[in-house]
Amino acid sequence: MSHDNHGHSAHAHEHNHEHHHEESFLTKYVFSMDHKVIARQFLITAVIMALVGMVMSTLFRLQLAWPGQKFWLVEFLLGDKWGKDGILDPNMYLALVTIHGTIMVFFLLTGGLSGTFANLLIPYQVGARDMASGFLNMLSFWFFLASSVIMLLSLFVEGGPASAGWTIYPPLSALPQAIPGSGLGMTLWLLSMTIFVVSALLGGLNYIITVFNMRTKGMSMTRLPLTIWAFLITAILGVLSFPVLVSAVVLLLMDRTFGTSFYLSDIYIGGQALEQSGGSPILYQHLFWFLGHPEVYIVLLPALGIASEVIATNARKPIFGYRAMIGSMLAIGFLSFIVWGHHMFITGMNPFLGSVFVFTTLLIAIPSAVKAFNYITTLWKGNLKLTPAMLFAIGLVSTFVTGGVTGIILADSALDVPVHDTYFVVAHFHIVMGLSAVLGMFAGVYHWFPKLFLRQMNKKLGYLHFWTTFISAYGVFFPQHFLGLAGVPRRYYTNTDFPMFDHLVDINILVSIFAFIGAAAQFIFVFNFFYSIFRGPKSEQNPWHSNSLEWTTPMAHTHGNWPGALPVVKRWAYDYSKPGKQLDYVPQTVPLEEGEVDGGAH
Amino acid sequence: MIKLLVYVAIVLLIITIAQLVRVFELAAELKGSKNNEVSYKDHRNQGRMMFGFLFLFMAFCLWQCLKYKDSILPEAASVHGKDLDWLMWFNMSLISIVFVIINILLFYFTYKYYSRPDSQAVYYPHNNKLELIWTIVPAAVLAVIIILGLKMWNTITEPASNDAIVIELYAKQFDWSARYAGKDNQLGHSNYKNIGGSNALGMDTLDPKGVDDIIVRNELHIPVGKQVEFKINSRDVIHSAFMPHFRIQMNAVPGMVTSMHMTPSITSEEMRKRPEVVDQMKRINDLRAKDGKEPYEFNYVLLCNKICGASHYNMQMNVVVDTPDQYEAWLAKQKPFLAKN
Repeated sequence: MSHDNHGHSAHAHEHNHEHHHEESFLTKYVFSMDHKVIARQFLITAVIMALVGMVMSTLFRLQLAWPGQKFWLVEFLLGDKWGKDGILDPNMYLALVTIHGTIMVFFLLTGGLSGTFANLLIPYQVGARDMASGFLNMLSFWFFLASSVIMLLSLFVEGGPASAGWTIYPPLSALPQAIPGSGLGMTLWLLSMTIFVVSALLGGLNYIITVFNMRTKGMSMTRLPLTIWAFLITAILGVLSFPVLVSAVVLLLMDRTFGTSFYLSDIYIGGQALEQSGGSPILYQHLFWFLGHPEVYIVLLPALGIASEVIATNARKPIFGYRAMIGSMLAIGFLSFIVWGHHMFITGMNPFLGSVFVFTTLLIAIPSAVKAFNYITTLWKGNLKLTPAMLFAIGLVSTFVTGGVTGIILADSALDVPVHDTYFVVAHFHIVMGLSAVLGMFAGVYHWFPKLFLRQMNKKLGYLHFWTTFISAYGVFFPQHFLGLAGVPRRYYTNTDFPMFDHLVDINILVSIFAFIGAAAQFIFVFNFFYSIFRGPKSEQNPWHSNSLEWTTPMAHTHGNWPGALPVVKRWAYDYSKPGKQLDYVPQTVPLEEGEVDGGAH
Repeated sequence: MIKLLVYVAIVLLIITIAQLVRVFELAAELKGSKNNEVSYKDHRNQGRMMFGFLFLFMAFCLWQCLKYKDSILPEAASVHGKDLDWLMWFNMSLISIVFVIINILLFYFTYKYYSRPDSQAVYYPHNNKLELIWTIVPAAVLAVIIILGLKMWNTITEPASNDAIVIELYAKQFDWSARYAGKDNQLGHSNYKNIGGSNALGMDTLDPKGVDDIIVRNELHIPVGKQVEFKINSRDVIHSAFMPHFRIQMNAVPGMVTSMHMTPSITSEEMRKRPEVVDQMKRINDLRAKDGKEPYEFNYVLLCNKICGASHYNMQMNVVVDTPDQYEAWLAKQKPFLAKN
């Protein structure tokens, strides 16, 4: 009996122990509420999603450069149904561009970029032990993962994934009769995006609350690093605009399933006139772009924030015009809500309303110009440490300007008419939003890798990655301006089925070759990334000699970030190369000397 | 089976690379060099490469501009198109100047100020005067851009004149139909519920205004020098009527009639004789000859420019700009839709 008891209790003990052990692994790495782990989870999920999106782009680039030719890769990846004999199916072509856009805009550059760096840096840089709500933060990641999984699942349903373009304009997206991708694939797309918005909202609310309430002693709003300002404004934009996307999506779901007519009217398709009447497809566009335009800045601002921090640190100079930088981000954030109509100049919208949108849109060029000039002045007479992160950040400034200036053409309604929905637009937004944000994200990964994984990434592979990426990025998108100005529409399965654009096919070949080089280059990054997580050289505590608070934490992942008391902030984050100091950096925790003026103060 | 082998090969390749990198790292460790720290040599090399990139990039842009200068914005064939092109080139010149100057400064500074041993950065946190300059200068330039742009916008969106020829462009997956308003220059009423049989546009057969309406499917004829107003409609999804040569574009939205207008200024025949068009056609036909395809003759074209389904890329219609006499002769040969049915 006693033996039995003993055995039982030993067993129970073992069980408890096992349970405890299991739980600790689960809570530490899987259902973690620690902002650092959640940041890593976001980053790795986003990297995987981005690879899917990138492979899709190589498939449609094959088709665009060599239309109708057979490619083993197409058949290998898409199978008999969508890539019969190695020729891409036109429906699948549209599905690929749709999901490529969705993944890149939402999963990589919204979820991935904000999710990773806002989570990692907000608690670290404001001097907090964690996010305001670790639990909601954890939920935010799991909703993100769920929406990613649903989006990937939609690739495998009959009829294929959503294929009405990433903006999914109804009626095309509402009627399965119009395109096979508007069946189950579209339902899953809508479901995935709804869950995605839940994730974005939980994350965004958390970021805002943390920045407002959990700054450590001495960390006034004007001592915050610009990264935090960028994440804060991004989160506010997201919280205000993402719910509108949900409403657009819910109405679309109702049109699709319950026969309502929010977006549908006067439609004859598939041999019959539909019952729905009185709706307007244009309503959807208003709702979509009310999110869609702020979304551009939700993607871009975090990257600009990262660039500010990386450039100041590696230029060994204060960021030039700290307050002007904050002011211009606030101005961009505000304006981004009143410009959505510039996507709709040719929908038949009232021309006067179009004029208003021309005016508000072109105003955005002013704060953008201020930002660009401030970056350049920050480099001027600096002591530039050209780390891989710094190169990516400088690359971002270049693409931000190169892509930004063509926005002046597109924002001008009259000039938009001949280039609307052509490759000119594709070039514009890929350079200004896609490339800038991706380069910013890479800058962030190389710069904060030591805080993410306690190790360094390989520098030589980093340089190789930068150069192949940067050169091929311009090689892909710069020539597309010429296609657009010649009048070649976007989202064409091929532009050689009629002879008008035949002489431009060499642009497509050039673009595709650069696209393949660029895609191959990303495997250098992926390899370097995963290899360095496990095998990279251990990093010292403050490898870039940076001022901000995250580098005062020990090189270990301790819950609560600082082992002792929270640091107290005495100065702004940009005292680099301040005259009269021994070192070329003064961490934010170093008290001001007598008579010393804080750099952030005017 | 082949798929499996490919996957296995990829996995093996990755493992091999990982091991190779590990070997290099261990070798470097043995040599005692901290090879992953960014050094002066790196700053110098990368700084020089950034400067080199500037030249490469600018040369690439210049080469592209020269190469495609004849293909982009092909001769505008409408009255407003000429003014619009002027404005486009004006704006393009402005933004090109900004693009070149900023990229030069950016990469030149990266080269000039890369970290040397003992170099020191200048502490220069702000300068309100500079901030003011680069707020006001762009604002002033933008004011010019906005004023010129809105003037142009007002020209192209003002209501069409009363004697403009009215033509309906009717879109469906995946073709265009054109309905001419006929002698009364008024389109007959139509409704999607009437669609059926040969009545593909849902015309109201009882509406007297529609009796003289003419429907054509394959070719749109318009006379040179006369304003044409297009009424645009769709019966299924959103399409977009895009005529690149005339610099006009407008969406076709089901349940809503949109419109655009223009005055063609060059007939198809004149356009075919223009030297740059002859040259372009030669290039296209040389390429086509290589693939054994028939030669192509220049035509204006109406494209669909809003994603509308699988055959979106091939939804088009030829547009022919005639002399007024040719146009009248062509029109006289067309029979009104209701007379045919």
